[in-house]
Amino acid sequence: MTSVADRWVENRAPTGWHKVDLRELWAYRELIVFLAIRDVKVRYKQAVLGMAWAVLQPLAGALVFTLVFDRIAKLPSDGIPYPVFAFVGVMVWSYFTASVQTAMSSLVGNVGLVTKVYFPRMAAPIAAMGPGLLDMGISLLILAVLMAVYGVTPGIALLALPLCIVVLVALTFGVGLILATLNVRYRDVKGVSSLLLQLWLFASPVAYASSVIRDRWAALYALNPMAGLIDAFRWSLLGTPAPKPSALIGLVILVLILVAGLAVFAREERRFADII
Amino acid sequence: MPGNAVELQGVSKRYLLGEDHGANLRETITVLGSRLVGRARPRPPVEEVWSLRDVDLEVPEGEALGVIGRNGAGKSTLLKVLTRITEPTTGVSRTRGRVGALLEVGTGFHPELTGRENVYLNGAILGMTRKEMDRRFDEIVEFSGVERFLDTPIKRYSSGMYLRLAFSVAAHLEPDILVVDEVLAVGDAEFQRKCLGRMEMAEGEGRTVIFVSHYLDAVLRLCPTTVWLDAGRVVKAGPTADVVGAYLSTTVQHMGTREFASDPSAAASVTAVRALDPSGRPAVLLQRDDPVTLEVRFVVRSPLPTLNVAVSVENLRGIKVLDEAWFDSAPEDRGEPGEYVARVEIPPVLPAGEYSVSAWVGTAYETVVWEPDALGFRLEGGNARSDRLLELGLPWDVRRID
Repeated sequence: MTSVADRWVENRAPTGWHKVDLRELWAYRELIVFLAIRDVKVRYKQAVLGMAWAVLQPLAGALVFTLVFDRIAKLPSDGIPYPVFAFVGVMVWSYFTASVQTAMSSLVGNVGLVTKVYFPRMAAPIAAMGPGLLDMGISLLILAVLMAVYGVTPGIALLALPLCIVVLVALTFGVGLILATLNVRYRDVKGVSSLLLQLWLFASPVAYASSVIRDRWAALYALNPMAGLIDAFRWSLLGTPAPKPSALIGLVILVLILVAGLAVFAREERRFADII
Repeated sequence: MPGNAVELQGVSKRYLLGEDHGANLRETITVLGSRLVGRARPRPPVEEVWSLRDVDLEVPEGEALGVIGRNGAGKSTLLKVLTRITEPTTGVSRTRGRVGALLEVGTGFHPELTGRENVYLNGAILGMTRKEMDRRFDEIVEFSGVERFLDTPIKRYSSGMYLRLAFSVAAHLEPDILVVDEVLAVGDAEFQRKCLGRMEMAEGEGRTVIFVSHYLDAVLRLCPTTVWLDAGRVVKAGPTADVVGAYLSTTVQHMGTREFASDPSAAASVTAVRALDPSGRPAVLLQRDDPVTLEVRFVVRSPLPTLNVAVSVENLRGIKVLDEAWFDSAPEDRGEPGEYVARVEIPPVLPAGEYSVSAWVGTAYETVVWEPDALGFRLEGGNARSDRLLELGLPWDVRRID
């Protein structure tokens, strides 16, 4: 306590852009963990099936995709059994949308916290990244079973999986920060974003292989960081072809989104209590 | 040599009304759009409210500072700037040491979680580490007295249990600077006593305490120095007894009688409010054992069917002890224009202390005039036991039965 006691903490009028105070976020790491745990616990409280939902949801998603897109629309899946192929896409996409939405409402859903206690506001959207990771862990176990059933074996690229997850979290966090900031001021963001997320879903290779996108559309498609990311997950887990070099454009966009998110949030966060 | 734990220099805080509130995306886009095509409509007037204005403040380490003032004087904003919940518009606020803020009990409590889970969550929110929580968990639970319900979701708690648990977590915070806002306003007398006890303890342990309250008794007891805020400015700072005395003398500035400048276009106006002693004279001090007559003079300029008049009396803790209306039913045959004098006699049931009188004139359908805190009066004498709303001197019947 003495180390803190010797340091003056200042609160002064804002001057433009702020940098993110990583040291302070580290000091509040326990709060971040508790907020994430709270979200997980609350989700499964008073639900008869409890944690079973974490298994049922991705399975049901993959099943619906298999029925609609494989049996009816007959979308290509790069030679991988469609259910396994779709499952990876659904897993990545579910993490993304669920966590973006949690991050978006992490402040407006906790007005009491924002107006009555001080904590680095970024702790709330960071915590929002957590619960989805648990779901993804469960999904990966289910995927292992599905792969065994369909006889799909991963290659050495499996080692790149942690990196894929880190990049996915970075993208999710960037988008989440931007939406969380906007949502404090404009509640319309919730409606608009769910519409945009739906469009984004169809613009991403969740239900189909990105190899179906050709010619001039491919250039546009490369701008979508989600496209290269899902390709990378499939490459790592299922041994499909590695993402094309053009996926690097998506990666640059991703970094831009993350930096924009951090900057906007850090600039606005100290006003949240006044306008929320 | 102990230095300061808190320093504020030239702190001001401005809120804009009418801009951020009620803004939605469509309005913003419309405004941006019309600016783009060069048809900028004048922006709707934005009202500025300065919650704090050039506040300078120093609190030495280990001292307890009281903050008093009327509603809207900027007390809560001061605490929010000090705890970094919001930032000042100008100036700078500095704190040295860990700040524990108690602006509300049970912040972040989640109804679906159990008592145990909420204790840990709330502890983390208030800035306790997991280690501290583990160490103090049993103590917290014992202090709260809800051991049996620890694994029950708190949505099943009674409000009393909820409050006790929430306070118990807060009470076991060990900050260097403890900031407390009006927590005493909630809870029963028992809770308030506990709350004050903990704050006295914190002070005894050498922590810096900043305490905002309407409850002047508590401020007098806890804090050697006090600042008085009004309209965002420091009116007076210094030894608590002096500051409280000065503060009281302005609330009772209108003691005995208060006249109002009236608006000739209004349907009705209150022209004067008075407190009268038994001989009918406006009085500065009234005897607790005598009845007090409250008088409201008002003018009705256009007919007001179902005319009614009321006075309410609040004590200094902001509790409304009386609210008396001329009629509780609404016959139609009154409300002719003219001048009126309304008097109501309060029997000697209120304990000694300061009271604030509000006056209301209206009809069964609308409020025409509302003068909050129009007048103060002070009752003296009687039995000095505090903490009660009524002093009735009820007859007892006590006898030995062996």
